Amino acid sequence: MEFLRPASWPEALAAKAEQPSAAPLAGGTDLMVELNFDRRRPEALLDLNSIGELAGWATDGDQLVLGATLPYARVIVELGDRLPGLAMAARTIGSPQIRNRASIGGNLGSASPAGDCHPVLLALNATVEVASARGSRLIGVDEFYLGPKRSALAPDELIRAVRIPAGTGPCQFAKVGTRNAMVIAVCSFAIALHPAAGSVRTGIGSAAPTPVRAADAESFLAGELASGGQWESRGELDPTVAARFGELVARAAAPIDDVRGTARYRRHALAVLARRTLTWAWQEYRTCA
Amino acid sequence: MRLNTTVNGEARQVDDVWEGESLLYVLRERMGLPGSKNACEQGECGSCTVYLDGVTVCACLVAAGQAEGRDVRTIEGLAGLAGGTDLDPIQQAFIDAGAVQCGFCTPGLIVAAHELLARRPDPQVAEIREALAGNLCRCTGYQQILEAVQAAARARQAGPA
Ligand SMILES: Cc1cc2nc3c(=O)[nH]c(=O)nc-3n(C[C@H](O)[C@H](O)[C@H](O)COP(=O)(O)OP(=O)(O)OC[C@H]3O[C@@H](n4cnc5c(N)ncnc54)[C@H](O)[C@@H]3O)c2cc1C
Ligand code: FES
Ligand code: FES
Repeated sequence: MEFLRPASWPEALAAKAEQPSAAPLAGGTDLMVELNFDRRRPEALLDLNSIGELAGWATDGDQLVLGATLPYARVIVELGDRLPGLAMAARTIGSPQIRNRASIGGNLGSASPAGDCHPVLLALNATVEVASARGSRLIGVDEFYLGPKRSALAPDELIRAVRIPAGTGPCQFAKVGTRNAMVIAVCSFAIALHPAAGSVRTGIGSAAPTPVRAADAESFLAGELASGGQWESRGELDPTVAARFGELVARAAAPIDDVRGTARYRRHALAVLARRTLTWAWQEYRTCA
Repeated sequence: MRLNTTVNGEARQVDDVWEGESLLYVLRERMGLPGSKNACEQGECGSCTVYLDGVTVCACLVAAGQAEGRDVRTIEGLAGLAGGTDLDPIQQAFIDAGAVQCGFCTPGLIVAAHELLARRPDPQVAEIREALAGNLCRCTGYQQILEAVQAAARARQAGPA
């Protein structure tokens, strides 16, 4: 095995072009487990930790650009005010030691249906910035997840950053697990209200082969809010609307039975999470006027 | 490959490190520092917790090569750091509170608690639980561990005896 330690982004792209089988290594919290248990033997490890620009974040117009190796601990501390939904998800990930290392780029690289960033990135309409020696491109998060642990990333590409439209409205995340730390989601859900666009976006985790949106639930809710003039009035949300929203979210999932939970339980829990997070998000919208 | 790293304040160089091995393996098997424990090798138990450039990490999930040129501090390097007595107050508190039974979780818990106290000299119980959420103990039931952290906080504030 080789250990490659590019000092700059162009060097990393060149290394990946030369050796597409090299496994990018960020926090190692997914990859090192696979190595330790002999589940994977890449020909080379491509350590991204010496590339300073990947570990930071910046604003670009009305977008926040989060570098691929930015660890969750920093998302929580430095971006908790601007990206509260993402910080909420980050707080539920692993333990302090894991959050000190684990990164959003790694979550996307693994593309596990259970990854906790994904529902939030879907709800916030994020864009994944990827690059190779051939050039760079932007992949809308809706197009990123292709299957269980499969993404739209080409073999010679690396994730550089995630771009998230900032300050578009309330965003909430909730996750079901057996304890408050160290749990892979049984299922998870994120909702973002986008009042300026009059739209609602969602993300479901751990209840389908990939992270998915609940399109019918989104259009149902956006329609109800528009027809009732609720975006302007910021009036109370009709509980039957919230309940119906929950049902539609549950219906959008395609869960399976596994060691963490049954499909039936996942659907039930998703309806509850959807109703709750909608209620929180709407309350936030009403009171932040 | 060759690895150069600073461990507990001392520059260390080791050869013939396999590229796929963890920092934990290097510490335990190549540097003679078996204090950090290997229980799960998957980030779940925290018994391998060390400082990497001042940040607590699971050494089992850090590739050896990622420690190149970096600063590592292990349980072996905590005593005397605070000056005064030999053991760090958190180490002494674990002994005094009976927070050690089989001892396997102890090094990781002590490093995690050490980091918490450096950041929050007077932590609430909820903060202690949160800070130690990544460290499993199968023996004590955690009560004595919580007491040890609180006692260490008091001892630190009182200053070296
Ligand atoms: C104890 C424990 C608890 C966990 N709990 C959770 C949890 O609660 N929620 C959750 O979502 N996850 C959890 N995880 C999984 C893991 O922490 C996350 O998926 C994390 O985001 C991975 O980031 P990383 O930087 O450690 O990735 P790495 O392990 O370094 O990489 C992960 C994958 O992505 C690839 N990759 C990394 N960076 C890039 C890049 N820039 N471009 C292209 N590919 C790249 C790697 O080659 C690898 O295949 C947990 C893991 C452990 C060990
Ligand atoms: S051995 Fe590293 S966390 Fe268990
Ligand atoms: S004392 Fe035995 S595991 Fe904690």
